[in-house]
Amino acid sequence: MKSGTNLEKVLAAGNFAVTAEVGPPKGTGIAGVQKKGAALRTCCDALNVTDNQTAIVRMSSIAGCILLKQLGAEPVMQMVCRDRNRIALQSDVLGAVALGINNILCLTGDHQKLGNHPTAKSVFDLDSIQLIDVLRRMRDEKKFINGEDISGEVPLYIGAAESPFADPYEFRIIRLGKKVKAGADFIQTQGIFDVKKFAAWMEQVVARGLDKKTHILAGVIPVRSAGMMRYMKDHVPGIDVPGELVARMEKAKDAKEEGLQITLELIEQVRKVPGVHGVHIMAVGWEDIVPVLTQKAGLLPRPTV
Amino acid sequence: MITGKQKSLSDIREILAPYHKVLVLGCGTCTTICFAGGEREVAILASALRLSDKKNGIERQIDEFTIQRQCEWEFLDEAADKIKSAEATLSLACGVGVQGIAERFPKAVSLPGVDTYFKGIPQEMGVWSSRCLGCGDCVLALTGGVCPITRCAKSMLNGPCGGSSKGRCEVLPDRPCGWQLIYDRLANLGKLDTLEEIRPPKDWSTSHSGGPHTLVRPDLRLPAVAAASKITDTTIKEEKGKGH
Repeated sequence: MKSGTNLEKVLAAGNFAVTAEVGPPKGTGIAGVQKKGAALRTCCDALNVTDNQTAIVRMSSIAGCILLKQLGAEPVMQMVCRDRNRIALQSDVLGAVALGINNILCLTGDHQKLGNHPTAKSVFDLDSIQLIDVLRRMRDEKKFINGEDISGEVPLYIGAAESPFADPYEFRIIRLGKKVKAGADFIQTQGIFDVKKFAAWMEQVVARGLDKKTHILAGVIPVRSAGMMRYMKDHVPGIDVPGELVARMEKAKDAKEEGLQITLELIEQVRKVPGVHGVHIMAVGWEDIVPVLTQKAGLLPRPTV
Repeated sequence: MITGKQKSLSDIREILAPYHKVLVLGCGTCTTICFAGGEREVAILASALRLSDKKNGIERQIDEFTIQRQCEWEFLDEAADKIKSAEATLSLACGVGVQGIAERFPKAVSLPGVDTYFKGIPQEMGVWSSRCLGCGDCVLALTGGVCPITRCAKSMLNGPCGGSSKGRCEVLPDRPCGWQLIYDRLANLGKLDTLEEIRPPKDWSTSHSGGPHTLVRPDLRLPAVAAASKITDTTIKEEKGKGH
């Protein structure tokens, strides 16, 4: 065991893992995180806490993780390279481990121009692949980037994201290989809607043996309106929505119900794709659908490991 | 070239408000070729200022002059008398020129008439775009001659990120994704395998992160001056592989 986290144990035991996302608030109140955490705790193996996602200022990921831990939920701390240099990133890894946060997901981070403080100075001292490599060395060699020794153990389960359909498409599989080589223990993908295209990408993953070296969790985004489905199709890089899904949402009498149905179908389909070891459900603003989804998809109860 | 854009007339008027004898000083190099501060722009700006002063009942003498370069003493000295006799000099050079005036003429008021942007190329008539941030540790040999530090919005060394879509960057959708450009170049050169290697964290100490820099070429210095000087070269790199 690299970290002994629940997520690591679930995956190592060969179970189909379920993770979901909890976004911290734009404020100091803790009720929202507690409510989401309480609802999702028993239907997921671990919960990602986002790090100022889309470059919008929110409560820190590390604080959100602690709030989840207090409820008995296991957090995955997301960490972006946009706002912190190598000094702060390594420092926060030490702090997280000291506080019992051992799953860390490494991201480069959305550019601040897309967020609510577009005049900020960006950092980007490291990129996601370098951050993964840094965490792996902190854990396995107990070394900082400068080669100095770290005192104490650094048990980490290292995660990364991958967007299979972003461009250049042919390079994505190579880049995934770089993330795995750098030390990514698990991968959560961008939201998948085109399972056929995803399965073709997964064939490359399997052909390169990457599914043996890392655990791929397919990203699933529950959609509750036709507008949201269209927006993702037209505006979100790396998300490929087949026209037929947009049409289904548009025709639906009850969009939420149709969205739930589509998501269930997607989970069922990605589950059958060879090499996929779990799903990562990103129900931003619709967290209370996760218990319903996991129950209807037959993913409950979650394994005790 | 260094690119710049003239400040708006209203901003310039505000900067000049306390002064009644002003020299508008052009630069014959970079800001001339990006049409921000050459002889022609000096003449147009001086006329515009005179007109607006007349309209607003402001008594002010506006003089014009352009030198070859404001970033070198020998050229600046050609404008010495004019700078010294003016209450303020509005420089239409880049920020280097504005500071050159301030350094060469300690009593002169040196004001910027141009906002300085980047080192770039005129990509078509009337369009300039950035190519180099001067990081002090050039990686272009690894990236097919396309700079990831400058042309990727996140300066990634192991790009592209997930925001690359149809060759465009999600941050500035009318701009190409720098990493798509790198990918295409390396594909054309048959060197895509270069991208399989993980590039380690960059030594940013050679960029502005390392503080303001001084570059020294001992072989070019006058021995007597060098012997009496305490200037150190800040651009000497850490040994490779000992990245911090």
